[in-house]
Amino acid sequence: MIEFNEVTKSYSVGTHALRGVSMQIEDGEFAFLIGPSGSGKSTIIKLITGELEPTSGTVHVNGYSLDRIRKREIPYLRRTVGVVFQDFRLIETKTVYENVAFAMRAIGAREDEIRDRVPYILELVGLENKSRRHPTELSGGEQQRLAIARALVNNPSTIIADEPTGNLDPAMSLEIMSLLQEINNLGTTMLVVTHDRDLVERFGKRVIAINDGVVVHDGMDGYYRV
Amino acid sequence: MKVTNLGYLIKEGIRGIFLHGFMSFAAVIVTVACLVIVGGFSSLVYNVNIMVEDLNKTNEIVAIVDASLTDAEARSIGTKINQIDNVFQAEFKTREKALEEFIADHQNDPVFGGVDAATLRHRYVVVLENNELMEDTAAQLSLIPGIAEVKADFEMAAGFITLQNVLHVASIAVIAVLLVVSLLIISNTVKLAMYDRKDEIAIMKMVGATNGFIRLPFVVEGFMLGMIGALISFFMLWAMYNALVNRLAEVDTLKLFNFVPFSELLAPMIATFMAAGLFVGIVGSWTSIRKFMDV
Ligand SMILES: Nc1ncnc2c1ncn2[C@@H]1O[C@H](COP(=O)(O)OP(=O)(O)OP(=O)(O)O)[C@@H](O)[C@H]1O
Ligand SMILES: [Mg+2]
Repeated sequence: MIEFNEVTKSYSVGTHALRGVSMQIEDGEFAFLIGPSGSGKSTIIKLITGELEPTSGTVHVNGYSLDRIRKREIPYLRRTVGVVFQDFRLIETKTVYENVAFAMRAIGAREDEIRDRVPYILELVGLENKSRRHPTELSGGEQQRLAIARALVNNPSTIIADEPTGNLDPAMSLEIMSLLQEINNLGTTMLVVTHDRDLVERFGKRVIAINDGVVVHDGMDGYYRV
Repeated sequence: MKVTNLGYLIKEGIRGIFLHGFMSFAAVIVTVACLVIVGGFSSLVYNVNIMVEDLNKTNEIVAIVDASLTDAEARSIGTKINQIDNVFQAEFKTREKALEEFIADHQNDPVFGGVDAATLRHRYVVVLENNELMEDTAAQLSLIPGIAEVKADFEMAAGFITLQNVLHVASIAVIAVLLVVSLLIISNTVKLAMYDRKDEIAIMKMVGATNGFIRLPFVVEGFMLGMIGALISFFMLWAMYNALVNRLAEVDTLKLFNFVPFSELLAPMIATFMAAGLFVGIVGSWTSIRKFMDV
């Protein structure tokens, strides 16, 4: 569960990125987070992953209180939250398989666990036949599926995607969004930041709209014009 | 942490060494250079120290016995001399023996053939534990009844002591500077290696790797670089030392320089080098990562 309570965030320069954000996303929910550029969407994500601390207010994520979490606990929080970015952030010198295995090794998984789990996840995202390729040999959509596989492999309860389709054409975007929906159907909480109105409209999920650091809309009515 | 990860960590460390081939090469070269200089310098200092100590031992006090004493009385003074704290050894020399040695010292020159031993006096040749106290001990000796005169070269003794002290301080300073330099360079190498892999580190942090786990491959890398450097420099120094000693043996027929065999330095040298390699590698990488980890 993700819970924001009257959260403000000012960067040291004095920018007020968030000015009192409250919201709650239940386990297993799917929510879109939309808003114009500079409205504070990425700031919200960074608060969820513990990259930033709130200036005031409280943030709860999967049982951790982010406003008073200890530094050494942050890795364990992050294991419950898989993150996907617009720019994929893959390791180009590693194969598809190794990119996913890398995420498991990073948290100390055993080799036999890795051998069992990685093929299963690659099949889930439809990359089972490309495991020996390198990221540069994949299409944009495939690269994003690989990034999703990596976010999923450690079995987080939540996936957060910051503009996952920002670099993709409409057909591929639809593919990726459908994949995220499938994963959500398997029980993973999903928070997706997007600028793509068509997609938001098409999927008919909960929409949280933010403008200038405040929530201006939060509801299941799908389409919302910012 | 699970033991099964050990293989992974070591593999990652070795991978890192090859991935940053040039920097690793540079770090090893620098470590070798520093250790060879430190090691060479230390063994030189060690030998010079031994030579100085030996020379200092030859700097004795001569206590001349009063001519009016009988032979037996003269011999009995030895007990009193030995009772002085700082006396390491007191050797009684009869006037006949003293003359004999005097003539031998002058290439058995026949000029001294006619000298009568009776013109000399009995004496004690006193070697001290600590030459820094030479003046005090000489004063104590002169107070013993039956000792007519004490001969000692105070200036020479003081000179030796100053030399030893300077050697000590200089060697410690040089060794410290060289160690710090190797530390900085290894630390920089690891820093560059980490910079090279900042994307991987960012991903590791993103998926929830602990800082310790992210560090370990780099520490392993630094450790291995330090070890390789230590081993290479050890064998290089061994070869260089023996070459020097052999060359000296050829040139220095008078045996002015008396170097201990390398085997005597082997154990402390390898232990120190390993420790230095370990320290430089681990501390070097650990400190460089600290700055990096604060994301
Ligand atoms: N590191 C920073 N230092 C100072 N100000 C920042 C920093 N990061 C973001 N900001 C400011 O905070 C506000 C919110 O930024 P944020 O990145 O959350 O926007 P966003 O909604 O993600 O925008 P976009 O859709 O363009 O990604 C902006 O005004 C931005 O300029
Ligand atoms: Mg953003």
